[in-house]
Amino acid sequence: MARSTPERRRKTRIKAGFSVYYAIFLIFVYGPMFAMFTLSFQGPRGGVTFPMRGLSFVWWERLAGPSAVGDIKSSLVRSLILAVMVMVITAIFSTMLAMAFRKKFHGSNVLFYAVMAGLMVPGVLLSLGLASLLRVIGISPGWWYSALGVHVVWTLPFGFLVMMAVFNRFDGRLEEAARDMGADEWTVFKEVTLPLITPGIVAAGLFGFTLSYDEFARTTLLAGAQNTLPLDINAAMTQRVQPTIFALGTASTIFSLLMISLFIVIYTILYRRSR
Amino acid sequence: MTTVETYAKLAIHPPISRGLIGGAPVVRGEDEVTRKYRREPGFPVPILIAPATLWLVVFLVLPLVSIFVFSFWKTTGHGMAPAFTLEHYRAFFISEGFFDPNRPEFLTPSIFIRTLWTTFRFTITAMAICLILAYPLAYFLSMQVQDFKWQLALFLLSMVPFWTSYLIRAVAWLPMLGRHGLINEFLIDIGAIEEPVSFFLYSEFSYTMALVQLYVVLAVGPIFFSLAKIDRTLLEAARDMGATPFQIFREIIFPLSLPGIAIGMIFVFVMVMGEFATAVVVYGGKTSTTGTVILNYYVIANYPFAAVNAIMLMLAMMIGVVVILRVVDIRKEL
Repeated sequence: MARSTPERRRKTRIKAGFSVYYAIFLIFVYGPMFAMFTLSFQGPRGGVTFPMRGLSFVWWERLAGPSAVGDIKSSLVRSLILAVMVMVITAIFSTMLAMAFRKKFHGSNVLFYAVMAGLMVPGVLLSLGLASLLRVIGISPGWWYSALGVHVVWTLPFGFLVMMAVFNRFDGRLEEAARDMGADEWTVFKEVTLPLITPGIVAAGLFGFTLSYDEFARTTLLAGAQNTLPLDINAAMTQRVQPTIFALGTASTIFSLLMISLFIVIYTILYRRSR
Repeated sequence: MTTVETYAKLAIHPPISRGLIGGAPVVRGEDEVTRKYRREPGFPVPILIAPATLWLVVFLVLPLVSIFVFSFWKTTGHGMAPAFTLEHYRAFFISEGFFDPNRPEFLTPSIFIRTLWTTFRFTITAMAICLILAYPLAYFLSMQVQDFKWQLALFLLSMVPFWTSYLIRAVAWLPMLGRHGLINEFLIDIGAIEEPVSFFLYSEFSYTMALVQLYVVLAVGPIFFSLAKIDRTLLEAARDMGATPFQIFREIIFPLSLPGIAIGMIFVFVMVMGEFATAVVVYGGKTSTTGTVILNYYVIANYPFAAVNAIMLMLAMMIGVVVILRVVDIRKEL
């Protein structure tokens, strides 16, 4: 145990202060979610705010049954399929782009800013632009092509930055060694590069999946006749708000958290293996 | 330089082979041309960038270009038709009675300019609060938490909400803010107020607070990374030379964290400027943001006017980002 000097005590106090601040921050960020979670078990006669009038599963049952909110199960399925497609495309594109950016090429600056623009341009603008363009051409929008396209524009910069960071720390000599021993480009990629960058690809995919699964602004005008889950949630919110929406919100949040933990577990396993 | 000249050059400086079998030729005085003709290892760049580039052209560039083009088209009853008219821009800037000194609207900005201004004001407020909240947090995580594992875990814990639905996080504010909401109950409990106040829900206060809660994590990330990158020996050197903790912060830590602050603020800025769903949920749609205006005009099939609003929003955002970049040079960060 170190001697307790005034200097040390001061430092401990500062650190304690910051820890308290961190805890308050967490309450601020997570608090509303816990309130929502609690209220989803609101009694049948209770409303969307406290106090709780008894405890029940009424709102959860209503969520499971056929409801006024819309066909939640199929919109959930659509959201999941869309998220998986976005995940795969994001992972592939960001890997390819980051590999290209390991070299110098003409127009690399323009391409870099174009990828980053996906982060900067508000979703409502892309939705508006693509939706009115499709209208002029005479194609009706659909979640699995027009919404997919704009989702990838949004998730690509995240995946790209992750892969850039991965290749920044990548030891290119490993690939050179394989090449010197006569491996062709595909073999080098498959046997050397890919196993080393898989954790990064998983992380890029995580951004693709979760950001697409929750995306609302970029889907709103582009999903066509069939809704994705965020669109259904929004529709339920603009009607009279009932605790059903809290049940739905809780379920969706828990699902998101599960997906994040799953990705983190996969990432950790792959990361350990790639060492 | 032609190919012939290249070969001539190579003839003057022949490559020297190192070893007998398979030695890589050592090119003496390798210049730009020889480098250009030597095949680079790895997959060819055009193949690597082609799919993503094509995708960005179709789903990013084309929509933006079409917004620009459509803003000049004319509206028909149920949509729009090609034309070149500036009437929508006029309608954006000049409301009826703008030039008539006898009307109350004389020389007052149009409702659309005022909406954009409101959006901007909310954004600036949210940015300032995000910065005030995020900086100490990032500082704590990067400077005070020593163990790397703890650092990562606590950082992830504060970032997780970013990966959950922001619609749901917006709606989760309802039980907190209402007349019987948790905040009112809490304030009554501690005796700060006697009657529940309805000031929290559907007010500027609640809207700003929800915006901050939704987007503050976007500011934490970049600031954390720029703080974590600071070379600790610099701080130690300053300490050895007798600098007080406050001096160290002002002279070293803060300047070095500026790029992170800039990136975080740009994130919050562009997200909140384009925001429209939160306004409806926690603000009850009492005031609209430019985002909601765009959607409303899309719904009534006035696409050109929606496009004009979109362009103005875009312009305001560009100006904002340029101003931030003027203040802080983030190029070394990228």
